[in-house]
Amino acid sequence: MAPASQREAAVADAVPDRAEQGLLARLETQWQVEQLLTRQAEILDQRRWSDWLSLFTSDGHYWMPADPAQTSGEGVPSIFYEDRWLMRTRVKRLEHPRAWSQTPRNRTSHVVGNVVVESDDPATGIVVARSKFHVVEFRLDAQRYFAGSYRHTLVRTPDGFRIRLQRVDIVNYDGPFDYVLQFWI
Amino acid sequence: MLHAPKDGAGWDPRDLVEPDRAHRACYADQEVFDLEIERIFHRSWIYAGHESQVPNPGDFTTFQIGHQPMIMTRAADGRIHVLYNRCPHRGAMLTNEHMGHAGSTLICSYHSWQFKLDGRVHAIPTPDGYAGTRLTTDNPDCSMKPAARVEGYRGFWFASLAADGPDLETWLSGAKAAFDDMCDRAPEGEVEVVPTCFRVIQKSNWKIFLENQLDALHPSITHGAAGKAAAEVEQEFKAETGDDAPLQYHYLSAFTTPIYKWDGLQTRGFPHGHCILEGYMGLRPKDPDTLEYEAVMERAYGKARTEEILGTNIHHVLVYPCLSVQAPLQQLRAVRPLGPDRTLTEIWHFRLKGAPEPIYRRSLHYFNLVNSPSTMINADDLNNFWRCQQGLESEGGDWVSFHRNAGQDPVENGVTTSVTGLSEMPMRHMFTAWTDYMGEG
Repeated sequence: MAPASQREAAVADAVPDRAEQGLLARLETQWQVEQLLTRQAEILDQRRWSDWLSLFTSDGHYWMPADPAQTSGEGVPSIFYEDRWLMRTRVKRLEHPRAWSQTPRNRTSHVVGNVVVESDDPATGIVVARSKFHVVEFRLDAQRYFAGSYRHTLVRTPDGFRIRLQRVDIVNYDGPFDYVLQFWI
Repeated sequence: MLHAPKDGAGWDPRDLVEPDRAHRACYADQEVFDLEIERIFHRSWIYAGHESQVPNPGDFTTFQIGHQPMIMTRAADGRIHVLYNRCPHRGAMLTNEHMGHAGSTLICSYHSWQFKLDGRVHAIPTPDGYAGTRLTTDNPDCSMKPAARVEGYRGFWFASLAADGPDLETWLSGAKAAFDDMCDRAPEGEVEVVPTCFRVIQKSNWKIFLENQLDALHPSITHGAAGKAAAEVEQEFKAETGDDAPLQYHYLSAFTTPIYKWDGLQTRGFPHGHCILEGYMGLRPKDPDTLEYEAVMERAYGKARTEEILGTNIHHVLVYPCLSVQAPLQQLRAVRPLGPDRTLTEIWHFRLKGAPEPIYRRSLHYFNLVNSPSTMINADDLNNFWRCQQGLESEGGDWVSFHRNAGQDPVENGVTTSVTGLSEMPMRHMFTAWTDYMGEG
């Protein structure tokens, strides 16, 4: 058995110092954010609409700006600017048996990466994270590709993160859309 | 399949259009399409843009007339010009941007020929090389070619590639209502463009879109799902918050209006194929924002004139063949045919100068909800258009039916009216204009 002094040193080594504690907390936040983004991608691909709506806070918005220079969706043209009520409307339309352009339904596959936690404010519980997405959509024997950046403003809640704002800057924001976007990218 | 000969010689469009039906070749035949470009789009007035897209000298915006790439500019003297977007030297396009500011000259990226914003050549590098040749700077071949005619009406500018034809106002006739109704709703009598253009491609013939704009039969069917979804959310909003849902839900829930009620709407047809569909949304609520706006309008116009302006009840005005205008919501869609089965729509909205911000928000919400690339409405329209195009390219039948209320289109003083909102008069009316244009060799 090692002398007491050595044992104490080993125990002290096992307790993270302040720098390591900070790193662990950051890794945990990073992991939580990545989990949320991955889960959100799965929810969209699986068309789990009630799970989709519950990702957002009650005042949450999904926003796809018409121009990357925009700083808020209020009062400006947007490709999407939807609160939970408008999202609910979109879901009801998608699930209606006579939503003609949903036969056949479009399928998507989302990949999210390059996740950067931009800020993490313990006082407000608000985390801002940037990421990149690639989406393939298949409908009527044709594939379309979409790509761009997400910027999520997330709120910590007892049940995990909720989205207050999901900003979606699609690379072809000002290009001609061949057909339309039936639901969220 | 009936084919039009390449030069159109000896070809009679009446072989394809009867009073109550049109042959599928009108929609699906490449040669018919090529002839449409030549005889309709390269001859009639085509929408270029709103003057506020080029507010300052040096500003430009680009668009297509038929197959021609065009550029609308504001010259140093403040005048608006429409030019072919082509350098007279080797033919390079002078800009490939949609909108921009060129400064005092447009400069060719190839050999640096420079042009004033009115299209006149300004400078050619090392001009000595042209000494003794027949290319002199006073030769029109040395400058950008202008559109044959350019005219504006209430800030909306059109160009025609044909030197002859009626002036813009005569040609617009009753379709002037599109611009009068939009501008009159502004306390200052003018509108200003919001410089975001949504562009959406339809995989279908351009005429299918125009026909659909005046088709009061389709909304409750095509848009039933979106209408019902919005109507349900309106009720849930009221139940959960105690407040009425915002007006924008009504833009969608109005589509639940049953077919028989659309019967009461009127459509009107004017010379050259222009048409009007009466309004159905009842966009004149009595909320504080509307009352404030109406008070501003009364200060500008007086009570009687304000009532006349706000009482105007139009949903769509079609300026055939190039434009669909929704004046009460300050939107327009320009139609740019790309091929028999491919059409680009350029969608714009406007601010009413002098109107309070909440009134702009109504226009904005309609733009975002109905006209943006995430539209829940046009998703089902474009799907129908594509299905029609597929069917019209098939040999399952040669004719498209416009028999509903055929033979019952009263004409008075050059204006055709429908006997019911569900009449297919507008489609017959547009094809009358189509036959006139196409028959002029």
